[in-house]
Amino acid sequence: MIKVENLTKRYAGITAIRDLSFHVEKGEIVGFLGPNGAGKSTTMRILSSYMPATSGRASIAGFDVFSQSMEARQHLGYMPENVPLYPDMRVTEYLNYRATLKEITGARQRERVGDVKELCALKEVENRIIGTLSKGYRQRVGLADALLHSPDLLILDEPTIGLDPNQIRQVRDLIRNLGRHHTILLSTHILPEVEMTCSRVVIINRGKIEAADTPENLVHAMRTAGGIRLEAKVGKDDGLAEIGKLAGVKEVSVEAEDDWSVFTLRTDSRSDPREELWRLATDRRWTVRELSRRRATLEDVFVELTLGDEV
Amino acid sequence: MTKFLTLLSREVKSCFYSPIAYVVLCFFLGLTGLCFYSGVGFLSRGATERTVVEAFFDSIPFWIGFILIFPPITMRVFAEEFKMGTIETLMTAPVRDWQVVLAKFGGALVFYIVLWLPTLLYFVVFQQIAKADAANAAGAYWGSYLELLMAGMLFISVGCFASVLTQNQMVAAVISFCVITFFFLGGLLSFFTPNIAPEFRMMASYCSVLEHMGEFSKGMIDSRRFVFYGSGTALMLLLTHQVFQFRRWKA
Repeated sequence: MIKVENLTKRYAGITAIRDLSFHVEKGEIVGFLGPNGAGKSTTMRILSSYMPATSGRASIAGFDVFSQSMEARQHLGYMPENVPLYPDMRVTEYLNYRATLKEITGARQRERVGDVKELCALKEVENRIIGTLSKGYRQRVGLADALLHSPDLLILDEPTIGLDPNQIRQVRDLIRNLGRHHTILLSTHILPEVEMTCSRVVIINRGKIEAADTPENLVHAMRTAGGIRLEAKVGKDDGLAEIGKLAGVKEVSVEAEDDWSVFTLRTDSRSDPREELWRLATDRRWTVRELSRRRATLEDVFVELTLGDEV
Repeated sequence: MTKFLTLLSREVKSCFYSPIAYVVLCFFLGLTGLCFYSGVGFLSRGATERTVVEAFFDSIPFWIGFILIFPPITMRVFAEEFKMGTIETLMTAPVRDWQVVLAKFGGALVFYIVLWLPTLLYFVVFQQIAKADAANAAGAYWGSYLELLMAGMLFISVGCFASVLTQNQMVAAVISFCVITFFFLGGLLSFFTPNIAPEFRMMASYCSVLEHMGEFSKGMIDSRRFVFYGSGTALMLLLTHQVFQFRRWKA
């Protein structure tokens, strides 16, 4: 559905993205992640035909975004960052206006505008002036606009930014539902969101792709996959020495908490030494009050990939 | 075409949604009313060769008002969209750049025409009351309003160009005001500097809106003026289109 090949964009003096290549297949929900300034919005703006790339090619549904821009736009619903809307128009008026621009007229326009208002729960504000709407509603108007021409592909630039937790949950459910019929590329900073909704993740940093895989695989492939926590009544140094001998343990650190020692173990991604740890503790008669594993999350992957060379 | 008309009607509507429109309308109608009043006063002083139209359009306050109305009409057309970011939503819909440029120009032009329509009433009233045929030649009306339309097109296209250069409406207004004023004063060049070379004098009079109005309000409709205003407007719109693309592409 999306095909990006060697895409590069240079602004005066800076390279926003360099040599970017990735694919999005039909039916996927892809999370597009990266720190601020990594080039996410630039990539999305190129894909939406808002601006051309310096070099490289990108196509949507088989149409080149530059040379067949009108056809590409017909297949794409795009919601820019911060959802810019005309504040002086009413919701229905705005949606009708956008529908006509997207070549939806007459009875079909009435039907589609009605449908998207239903889908995005805009019925109760349909006659309000957009400028008076709350951020959450504005976000939904933007989404409704993107959905008007029932595009095959939706590109959403930070659809949940600035929303409260309830609104985020609503938008997430909406996106998950949309994913049944649309291919979606979305950027966000809320990583648990991505783990819940996206079937695949593309992480970019400083204009380059750092990783592209399913969230599970990314977490699995991490060099430091999560950690194990043990709280036991044992001398710090004794504990460190004994635990360090276990197979699969790469690193142990310890902190004192009253007369308890709290050990944090880093292991390699495939091994889980909790059983050995338990045996060790019972053999040595340590009193244990917690033994738990913290799974690595996408957040760890994100931090490692995008901050790795800075720390 | 449907798309263009949709864009155009949005532009016209957004003109009237903004309070600036009504301020401009009031200011302009007040000023033209005053000009008309003094024009009629001039005619009533005794026999003259001038028609009421000439008397109306050939007054200093009229021309000052005339150059003042363009910046507020045109300053927001592009600047506002860039500022609010709505340009991104607009230009990712399947519309072409030139459709947007022409719609913005057309929207401002429609507002400009609406601004002028009430002034026709002045002459209707005059005709009813004065019943002076000589002062009411049809050619003078046609000529004057044609000149207003053409000069309006040129200055609106200048305003659109100024607006596409920046996202700050004030800057756009100042740029268009300066360019239009410069244009306007260019026509008075020979008046300021009597020793100017004849080539410059000719060029200045070719571009002088004031002189054109002098001819047109006598009913002398000169086709050279159509070429001048037509090509000027086309050039400004072309530049607007180029800068519009450039700004998006580098933004």
